[in-house]
Amino acid sequence: MTRLIYDGTFEGLLTAIFEIYAHKLTRVSLQRGENNTSAMFENVIIVKTDEVRAGRVLKGLQKKLSPSGIGRLYIAHLAEIAGDENTLAGFIKYAFDSPVNIEKNFGNKYVQRVSEIVGMMRREKHRMEAFVRFQRLKDDIYYAGIEPDFNVLPLLNRHFKNRYADQKWMIFDSKRKYGLYYDLHDTQFVTIDFSEAHNPANVVSSFNAGEDLYQRLWQNYYHSANIPARKNTPLHLRHIPKRYWKHLTEKF
Amino acid sequence: MDADRIKEKLNILADAAKYDVSCASSGSNRKNSNKGLGDASNGICHSYTEDGRCVSLLKILLTNHCIFDCAYCVSRKSNDIKRAAFSVQEVVDLTINFYRRNYIEGLFLSSGIFKNADYTMERLVLVAKKLRTEQNFNGYIHLKTIPGASDDLMRLAGLYADRLSVNLEMPTEAGLKLLAPDKSRQDMINPMRFLKNELIQYAEEKKLFKSTPLFAPAGQSTQVIIGATRENDVQILHTADHFYKNYNLKRVYYSGYVPVLADKRLPDLNTAVPMVRENRLYQADWLLRFYGFNVNEIVDQQNPMLDLDIDPKLSWAIRNLHAFPVDINTAPLQMILRVPGIGRLSAQKIVGARKFARLNWEQLKIIGVATNRARYFITCNSNDFERRDLTGTRIKQFILAGSHSKYLRNKPGQLSIF
Ligand code: SF4
Repeated sequence: MTRLIYDGTFEGLLTAIFEIYAHKLTRVSLQRGENNTSAMFENVIIVKTDEVRAGRVLKGLQKKLSPSGIGRLYIAHLAEIAGDENTLAGFIKYAFDSPVNIEKNFGNKYVQRVSEIVGMMRREKHRMEAFVRFQRLKDDIYYAGIEPDFNVLPLLNRHFKNRYADQKWMIFDSKRKYGLYYDLHDTQFVTIDFSEAHNPANVVSSFNAGEDLYQRLWQNYYHSANIPARKNTPLHLRHIPKRYWKHLTEKF
Repeated sequence: MDADRIKEKLNILADAAKYDVSCASSGSNRKNSNKGLGDASNGICHSYTEDGRCVSLLKILLTNHCIFDCAYCVSRKSNDIKRAAFSVQEVVDLTINFYRRNYIEGLFLSSGIFKNADYTMERLVLVAKKLRTEQNFNGYIHLKTIPGASDDLMRLAGLYADRLSVNLEMPTEAGLKLLAPDKSRQDMINPMRFLKNELIQYAEEKKLFKSTPLFAPAGQSTQVIIGATRENDVQILHTADHFYKNYNLKRVYYSGYVPVLADKRLPDLNTAVPMVRENRLYQADWLLRFYGFNVNEIVDQQNPMLDLDIDPKLSWAIRNLHAFPVDINTAPLQMILRVPGIGRLSAQKIVGARKFARLNWEQLKIIGVATNRARYFITCNSNDFERRDLTGTRIKQFILAGSHSKYLRNKPGQLSIF
């Protein structure tokens, strides 16, 4: 068994695949991050991410998969689920080995698992599109904190850029300590530690003057829209699990 | 802006609007191509009320003053309640500020009738116009049109709104006469017909000229109230089907009547909201629109009401055991769609995956088939299939006994569709 350790990036993953083929490795296991294995007799390769090699693997994949198939692989990779690096590797190997496109063969365990992970990512992405709550700060930036289960921030770019083209905004993932900032022209990832300055509890001092009013109006609206005669708590919780509440204005 | 006054208005006018069940904000295709604010391309539920309904739009009345006296409505003239009215600008400000914070997908604006239909409709249109032209707003706008409003106003409404709806309120004309004596079915149908024709015309022009403006791109919908009058499900589903077919409606919403007023024409104030029935109607409606069923297959004079304990697809399958078992590996998509426990997505996956290999139970499970239900109705690439000659009643018992339905264990509520 050979263990390949890569840096956790998509290019890194593709480089690792390159290594597997270059060294004709058959029994492999992939792992992200530092080499912290204690298995002494294991064969370990530290993969050095290499854009040229990654590019060659990508090119090969483009012959075997549709653009959406490659997109799905990328999305599944962002989920960062420990152990599923091997699902991705298995998927890629299956794609390379098969003479026909395998994306729809849901009877295969790799195809199925990738589809499952993509499903989980979609759900989380969709939830973030729904549950982001901006708060308008004094400097006219609309700020939102999020803590998604998976790393979906890169997938949110397009949605929010399309939607809020005429206001500056920042979405900050306080779990992963980086954010996405839009300055009216472009978006960029930022890694300043905003979690202290902008957590909902002590951000009030930096609010824009109207902010408090609209937050209260929204809370009011939310309560007025409820029909007590139809109360259904299990259903409510299924839709908005409690772990999201601390970022939801209506649930503050 | 007077914060307390606006808060009070919002409370009154959101409270009065909440019984309108339409909440969907999807089906439009308005893009943010002007560096303005928002788009209306995908419907998102931003929150959920404690009763589990989706909150995607700021749903309010412009006013709850009304000259009419519909028995089922809190805003009716003879009801002694606090009245309020928003100004056009107040609605615009609320919408924009809620939208910028990502609370909502847009606005659903309805209204009591101020003075007459046109006077009221004109104000609704003005809100939409200001949002589009002054605020550069591309979010979703749904206007409830006022029955009896003139064609000119309807046309303007269509230019600014994404969706327009005219509520039928009661499934039959007789029901309407009983509970809403001021309203006439004809006043509701005229604008529907007008909108249908306009929609067709705009679609035709769009084919010829790219620059044709959007006209109510999300189409029109309607709402019927269930359980306030005595109509059975045959009548309700035939009404829905008729409007789908003849007026090109995008959606019919079914609103289980919430008793809010004591009136001898209406169910008692303690009557429970018919939530299960409402849900079954949505499921049946879904079968009509996406599964190729027609009304007579779902309900008929022998079975005029939908089963409450099982969903309408299972109910149909049990009444039509002669059509089963279906061979998953050869049956056409249309038939696979009719198998209980197989949804639209799974059906498509099956048809995609079986090109690679004949599917067995394991693979069906992986694909997402609820095999505990489907097993009574299908065979696949396995010798292990249901060999007993079970009656419909037995199948139903087995499925209910082994049911993982959260719905039957928890209190009845709205459950997801299939
Ligand atoms: S016209 Fe509309 S607002 Fe007025 S009483 Fe009837 S349903 Fe209510």
